[in-house]
Amino acid sequence: MSKQTLLDESNAALSQNKGDRRKFLKFSGAAIATTGILLSGCQEVFEALPNARTEGKGPAMRSVPLGKGDIGILNYAYALEQLEAAFYLQVVATMYSGISESEMVMMEDIKNHEVAHRDFLKAALGKNAIVDLNFDFSSVDFSDRDSVLATAKVFEDLGVAAYNGAGQLLESPDYLLIAGKIVSVEARHAAAIRSIYDNDFTSFAGDDIIDANGLDRAFSPTTVLEAAAPFIMNKIIANQLPTS
Amino acid sequence: MKILEVLKKYDIKTEELDAFTSRREAFRKLASFGKSVAFAAIPAGMVAGSTQNASAAHIPTVINVLNFALTLEYLEGEYYTTGINSPGLIPAGKDMAIFETIEKHEVDHVAFLKAAIASYGGTPVEKPTFDFTAGGNFSPFTDYEQFLILAQAFEDTGVRAYKGQAGNLIEENSALTAALQIHSVEARHASEVRRLRGLKGWITQAERGTGMPAATQAVYNGEDNLIQGGVDVTTVTPIGSDGITESFDEPLTTEEVLTIAGLFIAQA
Repeated sequence: MSKQTLLDESNAALSQNKGDRRKFLKFSGAAIATTGILLSGCQEVFEALPNARTEGKGPAMRSVPLGKGDIGILNYAYALEQLEAAFYLQVVATMYSGISESEMVMMEDIKNHEVAHRDFLKAALGKNAIVDLNFDFSSVDFSDRDSVLATAKVFEDLGVAAYNGAGQLLESPDYLLIAGKIVSVEARHAAAIRSIYDNDFTSFAGDDIIDANGLDRAFSPTTVLEAAAPFIMNKIIANQLPTS
Repeated sequence: MKILEVLKKYDIKTEELDAFTSRREAFRKLASFGKSVAFAAIPAGMVAGSTQNASAAHIPTVINVLNFALTLEYLEGEYYTTGINSPGLIPAGKDMAIFETIEKHEVDHVAFLKAAIASYGGTPVEKPTFDFTAGGNFSPFTDYEQFLILAQAFEDTGVRAYKGQAGNLIEENSALTAALQIHSVEARHASEVRRLRGLKGWITQAERGTGMPAATQAVYNGEDNLIQGGVDVTTVTPIGSDGITESFDEPLTTEEVLTIAGLFIAQA
């Protein structure tokens, strides 16, 4: 069977599944923002559905092991930056209706930053870099401001929590510094997106994410990848990542 | 007293080393408490996973870093507490809501770091006497524009300062993670204050931004770095150099931070 045929088949399987998927994502939207646990439950339900994407065999369904040690953590970061870059590339390609001049500049800037992060990590990883991932943004209405900004908010806050949690998993101080250089830019994004999206002047560093000690969130790779899974068509294999 | 002397004076004493194990345990509980309450989704394994059986050799360094951070948080905390209590300074509504939020976090950071330092067997440094006029050069509590200028300078400095210390905490996971969790809060603050001043939330090249006096340039020097981890980023991405410099925040060394913060510490 040719490659193209395989791809066509997997695409057909995907679109057949789209309805269920869309419903699932709508239902779980709130859960993505706050907890990994609930989402994780939904994810299991989804994977049990007929034609679930993880059962496909086409290139888009390819399983992607992140690897181990610092390389694994950098690939984990690279996967998240690929996700963010793909999202914002779509945002700027089809700017939502009624977008203001300043918001257009902000989206263009953030797109540039995520692409730079993605391209840098790919180059830094060299031959150890994971493949280009395939994404599913069918749950996002790119013509709708609320849909785009709600998704951006989830991605940026998740990115911050991911890097905060990954720092202690790195062995090399050089990689730790690079993660530090990136995470504060993600936090700057998160604050800006929250500031223009939420109708709350304190949201840029709101009580929903900053705890009573004044600390931002720090998530394990497992929690982050569960939250990101609905948007990533590949199955990410993270079982070799360091845990401390 | 100069800030370096303040920090040296409170260096760890050897007889306190014995108490490390139990106190470090107390800190871990403290550090994990807020997280576990606020975010039930964090796997228990992650919090437990921060426990390391490293020797105590690195602990004096950890305590020094935390005291360094505490000094910066004292500075920010007092600055915002004074600001929000200066009648007629901060406009009610959006501006006040923003600065009350930032002030709350800085005060929380002070309390958290003091407890953390004690839990490692260290002695928290005392709060220096601050002079936010920097010898009569600024009037932040009577002039709102100047209040915003210094707020931006302090937040952007804070981000760079924590980043510069991360490597010194790499042996001590719980302290490293907590420092990163403060670091990103400072970055959220920086973004918001910058945007309140009409700037972008991120730093382009080494530009201090419109309206920032030349005296604040030290906060931004070096932000125009294009080489990351030995990679010249301009050669691996189509993104232009402005975008690349915005994409990576740069660290400051301890000395660089103390030079900046030292301007606002009253000399004894």
